[in-house]
Amino acid sequence: MMHELPLLSLAIWLPIIAGIAVLLTGGDRDARVARVIALIGAVMGFVVTLPLYAGFDIHQRDFQFVEIKTWIETFGVYYHLGIDGISLLLILLNSLTTVIVVIAGWTVIQTRVAQYMAAFLVLSGLMNGVFAAQDALLFYVFFEATLIPMFIIIGVWGGPNRVYAALKFFLYTLMGSLLTLVALIYLYNAAGGSFAMRDLYQLALPFDLQVLVFMAFFVAFAVKVPMWPVHTWLPDAHVEAPTGGSVVLAAIMLKLGAYGFLRLSLPIVPDASIYLAPMMIGLSLIAVIYIGLVALVQSDMKKLIAYSSISHMGFVTMGIFLFNTQGVEGAIIQMISHGFVSGGLFLCVGVLYDQMHSRQISDYGGVAKRMPVFAALFMLFAMANSGLPGTSGFVGEFLVIMGATQVNFWFAFSAAITLIFGAAYTLWMYKRVVFGDVVNPQVDALVDVNAREFLALGLFAILVLVMGLWPQPFANLIHTSVSELLAHVSYSKLPLPAQ
Amino acid sequence: MLDIQKLYLLVPLAPLGGAMIAGLLGWAIGRRAAHVVTILGMLVCLAASWLVYQDVMQGNTFNGPVYTWLVSGNINFFVGFLIDPLSATMMMVVSFVSLMVHIYTIGYMAEDPGYQRFFSYISLFTFSMLMLVMSNNFLQLFFGWEAVGLVSYLLIGFWYTRPTAIYANLKAFLVNRVGDFGFLLGIALILTYFGTLDYATVFAGSEKLAGNVIELLPGYSWSLMTVICILLFVGAMGKSAQFPLHVWLPDSMEGPTPISALIHAATMVTAGIFMVARMSPLFELSETALSFILVIGAITAFFMALVATVQYDIKRVIAYSTLSQLGYMTMALGASAYSAAIFHLFTHAFFKAVLFLGAGSVIIAMHHQQDMRKMGGLAKYMPITYLTMLIGAIANAGLPPFAGFFSKETIVDALHHATIPGAQFAYVLAVAGVFVGGFYSFRLMFYAFHGAERFADSHHPDVIAAELESQSDHDDHHDGHGKAHTPHESPMVVWLPLVLLAIPSIGAGWFIGTFVYGSYFGSTLTVSPSHTAMATLAEHFHGVTAMMAHATSTLPFWLAVAGAGCAWVLYVAYPTWPGVMRKELSVPVTILMEKYGLDRFNDWFFAGGARALGSGLWRVGDVAIIDGTLVNGAARVVSWFAALFRQLQSGYIYHYAFAMIIGALLLLTLAFISY
Repeated sequence: MMHELPLLSLAIWLPIIAGIAVLLTGGDRDARVARVIALIGAVMGFVVTLPLYAGFDIHQRDFQFVEIKTWIETFGVYYHLGIDGISLLLILLNSLTTVIVVIAGWTVIQTRVAQYMAAFLVLSGLMNGVFAAQDALLFYVFFEATLIPMFIIIGVWGGPNRVYAALKFFLYTLMGSLLTLVALIYLYNAAGGSFAMRDLYQLALPFDLQVLVFMAFFVAFAVKVPMWPVHTWLPDAHVEAPTGGSVVLAAIMLKLGAYGFLRLSLPIVPDASIYLAPMMIGLSLIAVIYIGLVALVQSDMKKLIAYSSISHMGFVTMGIFLFNTQGVEGAIIQMISHGFVSGGLFLCVGVLYDQMHSRQISDYGGVAKRMPVFAALFMLFAMANSGLPGTSGFVGEFLVIMGATQVNFWFAFSAAITLIFGAAYTLWMYKRVVFGDVVNPQVDALVDVNAREFLALGLFAILVLVMGLWPQPFANLIHTSVSELLAHVSYSKLPLPAQ
Repeated sequence: MLDIQKLYLLVPLAPLGGAMIAGLLGWAIGRRAAHVVTILGMLVCLAASWLVYQDVMQGNTFNGPVYTWLVSGNINFFVGFLIDPLSATMMMVVSFVSLMVHIYTIGYMAEDPGYQRFFSYISLFTFSMLMLVMSNNFLQLFFGWEAVGLVSYLLIGFWYTRPTAIYANLKAFLVNRVGDFGFLLGIALILTYFGTLDYATVFAGSEKLAGNVIELLPGYSWSLMTVICILLFVGAMGKSAQFPLHVWLPDSMEGPTPISALIHAATMVTAGIFMVARMSPLFELSETALSFILVIGAITAFFMALVATVQYDIKRVIAYSTLSQLGYMTMALGASAYSAAIFHLFTHAFFKAVLFLGAGSVIIAMHHQQDMRKMGGLAKYMPITYLTMLIGAIANAGLPPFAGFFSKETIVDALHHATIPGAQFAYVLAVAGVFVGGFYSFRLMFYAFHGAERFADSHHPDVIAAELESQSDHDDHHDGHGKAHTPHESPMVVWLPLVLLAIPSIGAGWFIGTFVYGSYFGSTLTVSPSHTAMATLAEHFHGVTAMMAHATSTLPFWLAVAGAGCAWVLYVAYPTWPGVMRKELSVPVTILMEKYGLDRFNDWFFAGGARALGSGLWRVGDVAIIDGTLVNGAARVVSWFAALFRQLQSGYIYHYAFAMIIGALLLLTLAFISY
């Protein structure tokens, strides 16, 4: 496919260049300029992804908008980009979220504004890089590079315990990724000196090695998702991160792990993926149930939503390892929806925190009386988080449960418990924060959302409703990609057993 | 046909439009415009429903998609309509009762600051309920199912500053979610085995799968249909408040009275009954599921009626009465008497709406006092409310010639003739329940409308003082400023809906000939030839007059009369007796006042248990084991890193950027060295 503009490169580098431009505005004296440049950069970053959507051919089985340039010739490393429907959806989500985050941080961030905005813009470009990379090393570089801006975001603009949280986040994820590098290098050799994903897909590895490679990938991606039991970094990171950091972390960064499973684990080591699927489903179900119960008893709103994120991501990993259309498509839709819903929820907590400087549920009560518009938007996100039909939160969970029933009734049974737990922890929190009489005089002084907050929340809210009422346009983008993906898993790479 | 199909769309969309205008623009358009626009929407909805109903009665049915919600693999999920006698009847009931409640609300909520919000919610509810009944597939059914649950949640918690209201709405949502959990799994099994969620296709293929078994536990195989039907019915138990998932309904009375009438009596709670009737082709294939339904329905019908006899809150009496009546409908379903169940749903919608709205009228007159011990003698002050409620009470008690008699009598007879295991158990409880129903219905009437006027002197000790002590009362938040006033009849916007609903409460029963025994439902409701109860009844049916004449020689009729008589003795003739009886019979009365201890048990076991478990998992699993032990080793590394990073942590972004580039290069080099 020929395009005049290297759209994917633009999607990656435009935000990064904008980020550098914002940095150049210097300190906080020109904060307004920094904000405006950041907004322009974020909006342009989103605008350049629109032709990707418009020009995307949903029936094309190959990767689209491909760009190949030699990066390091001697080692056969290429700057190789290309997307399928799954990448496209995530790139769109990422670029849009960046705009929302810039809007949300507009007045809230008053120190090191330029650096703050720059970090998000750079992060956005890097994550687009992860979703667009077709060269495994390039993927790895982008994947690792995303750690740095997020580390800075938490470590600089975070809460009182930010250094601990940032380090926990950094070490947890770095530790996970190192094994991946080893695995990639092994694969590079096995493929005769190529990091190209399409070459790695062709590799017919023996079973034992497949399992090893799978486990190496697993550690990195499971930490990122995060899956139980390597999830404990996430609540700390969320609690300490500034609102924008939490939004990006939940809405996009967690998806890098799930995306890694889809892009690398399944096609490269399909036999190991199938062999280990029961383990993956088991861990996912633990996430759904165990974490659901843990979320119930949290007294910190952000921590509660963080645990809820882990529980919801359990549906993503479970859906992927069901290896049927409903499961995988449900997982992908859940990834996108979770972006809208958790993004919206973290923004909601941010709106409250900016005025009250507390995330403790017990400090609130009766917010609806002072902030009716906010209460309505918060209700929408809470209901979406509870998986109410008509919101995006239902679609993915529904499809995954449908897919699970085809594999094993008890998988579906355990997963469906989220219907009860999800509603319990979300609505119980909502009740204690928003309903009731105003007891705390600080709550009595709250003012409703301003235009900027309304815009940021409203964008997510519309997406939650559109995707809930009519998910078909979203799903259309991924049908071909999912069937292509499932084709990889549907035949074994192992030699036929000798008769 | 094209025009009528546009009408189908108009039926749900008119209330939705009203809801959106009142909800989103309510702050701008004001109170008057909010009720005008929603009532206009309801009028359009009712008119369109009526035209559709007429069309369906001509024999024109419809089954088709509206839009494709989602395609996944080879499965298409649609939003679509199935318009047949069953859905058309439900559309009429829903739009009519909803319109009445809309009008009534003008009076009832007149002084409430959330006026526009309330109208928006009830119109939104109507939309959801209509989408539920008009659906032609399980997905949309589930949509409507959860959507009505949402609106119910919003409306129970309408007065969101009251702790009892927001406790009740959370409880209602969660208990319903337990039901939905089963419901969704039932739907998932249907999709797995039938490959579609379209009703018609599923029903057509159900016979073929009737013999299938699934092995849920290794070594134990179950009939597929039994598993599917019981799972679906668990959903109905949640929504239609069947034991033991009934616990949310009495508490839902915390919501404003109009929605108690609309949602928690006439329409939403009957969704489960409607659903099982709709699924009759599936339920007919599982005798086990039908037996299960019979037993659950019987328990609900009898034991909830008993609780109604000791309640003081006028709304709670009616709420427990609703539970009991829903139990009767459920029993009818279990006896394969689907048409009787729907007929009872139909008549009950009217007389229960009258009772609730009448109770609301009383509550207005009493300045938001709901305790019957502080009422009495109201009949002469509010004659319209009294008469209409009396009609509702007689119908509720199942006495001829009012509507409830025909439907309840048919259910009792059907149970008598049913051969499904459990039918005799259900029959005994159903007959006993008729006595209790007669008693609590008339207890309410006598207690509130006859006898001494207790509203003026509720500060003085009197015969009921002992009773006052025995129970915490459910006083409303406005209590306390109405002692000096004389109660008076409510305004016309309040009594007009009462009158309009009282008319069908009298007359609706007379349609039994076509409705239950005629060809009204056509092929919509499936009854297996081996389930002969309704066929037997049809043979013995010789018109309504003969039915009434025959009833006077049967046990249920005299039991209902006896129940009413007992109420007269206790609450009119000898009003001191109830107090004495409460003391003498303290054990059974306490059991009933405690609602069999289910609320306590649920709070302790489920709510408390989940919290304890969550707390344990968090403190032991996450904090102690994973973070404490596993990450502990890493923690030392962390502190070492921290020392290192403290020096690096300059706060300048270019330092970090520099570190980032070094890091990336380092990683790359590392990669290539090992190559």
